[in-house]
Amino acid sequence: MSLKQLTIFVENKQGTLVDITDALAKNDINIRALSIADTQDFGILRLIVTDYDKAEKTLTEEGYLVKCTEVVGVKIGDAPGKLSSALDVLDKEGINMEYLYAFMSRTEKHAYVVLRVADNAHAEKALEDAGFHLISDADINKL
Amino acid sequence: MEKRYFQKEIETMSVEEIKKLQSEKLVKQVKHVYENVEYYRSLMDEKGVKPEDIKGIEDLHKLPFLSKADLRDAYPYGLLAKPLDECVRIQSTSGTTGRRVIAFYTQKDIDLWEDCCARAIVAAGGTNKDVCQVAYGYGLFTGGPGLNGGSHRVGCLTLPMSSGNTERQIQFMMDLSATIICCTPSYAAYIGETLKEQGYTPDQIPLKAGIFGAEAWTEEMRQNIQETLGIKAYDIYGLTETSGPGVAFECEEQTGMHINEDHFLAEIIDPDTGEVLPEGTKGELVFTALDKEAFPLLRYRTRDICVLTRKPCSCGRTHIKMSKPMGRSDDMMIIRGVNVFPSQIETVLLQEGYQPNYQIIVDRKNNTDTFDVNVEMNPDQFTDTVGALTALEKSLAGAMKTMLGINPAVHLVPPKSIARSEGKAVRVIDKRKLV
Repeated sequence: MSLKQLTIFVENKQGTLVDITDALAKNDINIRALSIADTQDFGILRLIVTDYDKAEKTLTEEGYLVKCTEVVGVKIGDAPGKLSSALDVLDKEGINMEYLYAFMSRTEKHAYVVLRVADNAHAEKALEDAGFHLISDADINKL
Repeated sequence: MEKRYFQKEIETMSVEEIKKLQSEKLVKQVKHVYENVEYYRSLMDEKGVKPEDIKGIEDLHKLPFLSKADLRDAYPYGLLAKPLDECVRIQSTSGTTGRRVIAFYTQKDIDLWEDCCARAIVAAGGTNKDVCQVAYGYGLFTGGPGLNGGSHRVGCLTLPMSSGNTERQIQFMMDLSATIICCTPSYAAYIGETLKEQGYTPDQIPLKAGIFGAEAWTEEMRQNIQETLGIKAYDIYGLTETSGPGVAFECEEQTGMHINEDHFLAEIIDPDTGEVLPEGTKGELVFTALDKEAFPLLRYRTRDICVLTRKPCSCGRTHIKMSKPMGRSDDMMIIRGVNVFPSQIETVLLQEGYQPNYQIIVDRKNNTDTFDVNVEMNPDQFTDTVGALTALEKSLAGAMKTMLGINPAVHLVPPKSIARSEGKAVRVIDKRKLV
């Protein structure tokens, strides 16, 4: 079970984000979720997209520094306390988290959380054992 | 292996013979300059020196110096020693450190310049069987025309590529099996990176040697280029004021550059006092052109800091060797009171596994110098967390602090985002307005 996140190095310069999203749009790639982390010098853009391979190829050809990061995608109910229960599982297992971000499904009433943890296999097993449903690249188009 | 030279009798003549030859040429040259260059005649008159006071190289120290400032004052014709109808070409400096310098050449001046470049190519193993790709800029810049002429004299098949258009450089290099490349070291490193990205391994690259000059480069950068391209990298030295590349060049020993002493008389002086320093002492390099007709500079201060040594060389050449310049007094920055040479930054980057692509930005805010270094990120080190990238910046800044004694702010920028050198790389942007 794996979910590929497209990680892009973004120069702290006007217009960079527009150029990236434009390039994806022109190639008919939909962004399902995103998060950006920035410092004074640079930003790191993280995307979950509908066609990972095409997105990676497009941005590499445009000259961007991109990298594939394997993350964990978890389906959680759209109700108070659901995120908390998923995070509890990781906490109890002592799994450290670097960052997370969430998105909603267009078709069903569910939220999804993208987790970046130190040990994917460990987190995936713990979440599945606790009854959570994990998503993979193949699921992204259907959500 | 048989030792090869372009002009054996000159390149291997005994030191006594060289000095005798230099003395004869100097006496004639001083007379030529005194008679034809009013600007220098006034400098000599001011110092009370007459041409007849110069009887040999032992009297060289009596002559006045010329500096870049003199060249600017005398622009454009003030140092010309031949009528324009005997001149056939000009070359010019980039003008990045002030007003352009224009140098004039007679056909004989061009011939001797090209001979010097040919000596460099032969010393790098070049023969008429080689394919020599000249990727220095052509035009006013001396790099392209100089090596082009030298390559013709050796009889290499010459590819007059000029700089830039890297895709085309690689296509010609591969399709025509170029064996020697001449360009700036930073461009060589860039071509190397591009070849690597395209999946070429060093043994698939036909090159065997490279002749690199026109900008400062370090021993680490040499190793880096040699490994990426699978070649032996030779240093070459020269400046427009003295003709162009080929004033000095490296042999297979790679332990300094032989100065073409039959044409150029070298001295090392104390840059502050102008006093001539003994052989083996570090100081400013000064050149006197012994054969040049149209633009014969006497005791020209290069601003390059280096050491001269005359130890016997295993290559058989007897001409004195100059070390790689350890910095130029006009490249040197004083930041927060500390002397900083761009080559030191380059050394740190190569040691830390980065490409030597960087830009130094110095400014002054609230009466304090700011010191920023933009560094192109190594793609292998890119990760998705801010913490890891900030740690890279901090560790690089720490390594620079150890080398320089002052702490720069290091900023990672995307690969290939810093403009590459077509001629010379712009490594330093000094925004300080110091009156």
